[in-house]
Amino acid sequence: MKQRTGLILFLLWVLVLAAMPWMASNYAVKIATFLAMYGTLALSWNFIGGYTGYPSFATAAFVGLGAYTGAIAQNAGWMLPAAWLAGAIVTATFAALLGLVILRMKGHYFAIGSIAIVEVLSLVASSWSGMTGGGEGLNVKFLPGGPEYIGRVFLYTMLTLMVAAFIATVLVDRGRLGFGLRCIQQNEDAADMVGIDVTRYKIYAFVLSAVFCGAVGAAYASWVAYISPGDSFSILLTLKVPVMVLLGGPGTVFGPVLGSAAFVLMEETIWAKFLDYHQAILGLVIVLLIFFLPGGLLRLLSRKAAA
Amino acid sequence: MSDILLSVENLSRNFGGIQAVRNVNFTLAEGEIVGLIGPNGAGKTTLVNLITGVFPASSGSVFFRGEDVTRQRPFQAARRGIARTFQIVQPFPAMTVLENVTAGSLFAGAASSRAQAEAEAMAHLEFVGLGADARRPAASLTLPSRKRLELAKSLAMKPRVLMLDEVNAGLNTSEIDQALALIRAIAARGITIILIEHLMKVVLSLSQRILVLHHGELISSGDPQDVVKDPKVIEAYLGSRFAERQKQLAGAAS
Amino acid sequence: MSALYAQTLANGLMLGALYACIAVGFSLVWGVLNVINMLHGSFIILGGYLAYFAWTHFQVPPFVSIFGVAALLYLLGYLIQYGLINRVIARPVLTTLTLTFGLDMILYNFMNLAFTATPRRVTLDLGRLEIAGVTLPMDRVWAMLLALAMTAMLFAVLRSSRIGRAIVAVRMDRDAAALMGVRVNKVYAVTFGLGALMAGACGALLSSVFPITTSVTGLFLGKAFVICVIGGLGTVPGALVGGLALGLVESFAGQWFGPVNAILAGFLLMLVLLVVRPTGLMGRKGYE
Repeated sequence: MKQRTGLILFLLWVLVLAAMPWMASNYAVKIATFLAMYGTLALSWNFIGGYTGYPSFATAAFVGLGAYTGAIAQNAGWMLPAAWLAGAIVTATFAALLGLVILRMKGHYFAIGSIAIVEVLSLVASSWSGMTGGGEGLNVKFLPGGPEYIGRVFLYTMLTLMVAAFIATVLVDRGRLGFGLRCIQQNEDAADMVGIDVTRYKIYAFVLSAVFCGAVGAAYASWVAYISPGDSFSILLTLKVPVMVLLGGPGTVFGPVLGSAAFVLMEETIWAKFLDYHQAILGLVIVLLIFFLPGGLLRLLSRKAAA
Repeated sequence: MSDILLSVENLSRNFGGIQAVRNVNFTLAEGEIVGLIGPNGAGKTTLVNLITGVFPASSGSVFFRGEDVTRQRPFQAARRGIARTFQIVQPFPAMTVLENVTAGSLFAGAASSRAQAEAEAMAHLEFVGLGADARRPAASLTLPSRKRLELAKSLAMKPRVLMLDEVNAGLNTSEIDQALALIRAIAARGITIILIEHLMKVVLSLSQRILVLHHGELISSGDPQDVVKDPKVIEAYLGSRFAERQKQLAGAAS
Repeated sequence: MSALYAQTLANGLMLGALYACIAVGFSLVWGVLNVINMLHGSFIILGGYLAYFAWTHFQVPPFVSIFGVAALLYLLGYLIQYGLINRVIARPVLTTLTLTFGLDMILYNFMNLAFTATPRRVTLDLGRLEIAGVTLPMDRVWAMLLALAMTAMLFAVLRSSRIGRAIVAVRMDRDAAALMGVRVNKVYAVTFGLGALMAGACGALLSSVFPITTSVTGLFLGKAFVICVIGGLGTVPGALVGGLALGLVESFAGQWFGPVNAILAGFLLMLVLLVVRPTGLMGRKGYE
């Protein structure tokens, strides 16, 4: 799809989501918030998994770390935006340091290492009760205001994050970094030989894949006002986000937004109608995706458009 | 006398118990075309890998334009102007031919923007004769074309030294002649060349000077015509018995 | 040697033997097919449930039903690989992992519906063994011995049988094996079947030692990961070393730091090894 068409569609999508509080019920606002949230997470993963081709399962580690950082900051009296910023910064720093170690591994080993990080952080959060409330979780101060007001605050927060992640994606895609990451994905040694500082670029991609997740985590903690190791460092989340990007089209600007939107909407419909079988249906969707949509929806749509 | 561009001093590398490169010393002056020959397994590619930072040296040093670059990493070598081609060609397979060369211009070649890099890349593609194939995926090219793509990519990196590792492997006679013409054209641009080759015809016709590597050691260097008659070189390629016979025949003839 | 130390050591070794058995199938599949099988944990639990129901409905103890369970799981694994996974076997890590993850979600859902998540355990009162102040519950001892026996049998199969040699050949160099006339697709299916078999059989053994419930599929999968990294991919000795190492680490860490930190210690060890020596203690180069 042409860049300009895509940009216009994206803008329309953001406007539709933003208009939800005035057009529909609280439930729709909540869904819109999730759409923006997963859109952000998908766009984030796309940097390291889509462009660079490193199968990262660290998303939940970043979201969880952001959640705990934000929650602790908020409980210590920080203002919300400051707490969320802290979540983003701490997570980005963590990713930079972690990246130095873990990005040396390739393929399967990198994937395993990244999942292990999620588990390790989850276990640390369970252990370190003094700081994190341990296995029982942490309560966060409620935001004052009625449910509609709160709904709007978090909808716009997540939307802002999604737009920020989107802008970052466009800039990376068009610039030197994006080109370099694609080269790294194709042939890392050749990329090195051609003058690309492979280590530095991979770390940039990894940090980009973390920073917005950290902010999302912190905002999420403020929204639901209670976090625990299990749901902050959710293995299911960390496995679902790459699937969303695969569904939409990895390594593209619009793929993550398309894929996450399709996935979230599908999941909501399935939850509502087939509660008992919802996992099996999602599993089936994943299996069908792998077999029949190798390039994601975006490639399917552009092929149809070309025909 | 031209400036010394590259200087290799007592360079060694061992892998476990195997000495792949052993105390190699040589210098490269600007504008030279130097041939690097030796039997299979002599360590020629390893030497190139050491100079470009793919492997760290076990001992010794490499100087480039007066700077100690022994510990450099491959991307740093590329940015400094040391480029090399691969025996087994390594493109970015899913990217187009143009994008492959653009990678060279954009990064090592330090183009100011992507558009600028593409323009430069196109010029290099025309130079090597691949202009018409610019939009094709790199994986779809034939072997001779892939070799030319490697050359174009290396040129896009704006090298001062270009190390050509067996560019002619797998080419037929007419393709080799074309390759030779291309290499001469590259040298005419002022790029210093190290040519690793098996084909004596190519080496002798292009090189001003030859280095001979055997079991990782530099056993001979100098004028091409002298080197090929050097008994040590003959022994390395054809065995000690043959060298002995040659000596006897030469002795009997005098 | 203090009694506590000896007990912790004994516990660690018994646990380690079971762990080795649960991981060896996963390791083989990873080493030979280059696929991370997210279904592995569910295979273990499925084996456990089947053994449990054999006990409650037909009074067949796990040490006997293990044979039937093994056969059923082998068939299941073979079919899944041959019919589904094989279609995408050449694709990158993320694709195969995601596929097995999707399949796992389906299996998990059906297990939950069929068996519910209530923990089940086969309680066999076989008494205890007391040696030098160390208590060894007999059901664990039998489970450990059988686990070791199964692992040894697998080792023998890989060493001496024709299909076993073929599997090892494919693990070492798939293309060379194909050129030698090995039918790689069949080897893949057999290997995956064997992986499922070992998982299910071990699950059957586990049913007499741990409560079986669908919520621990991830836990066992995680342990399999850790064991593979510690021990090395695709070999039985690797899985043994890894399993014993994890068993000992968890036992001692659990004694000193508590149960949550015991699991943490295992993961930290894995991370350290990933950085320092990703091919594992037994050092065979796995796929990247």
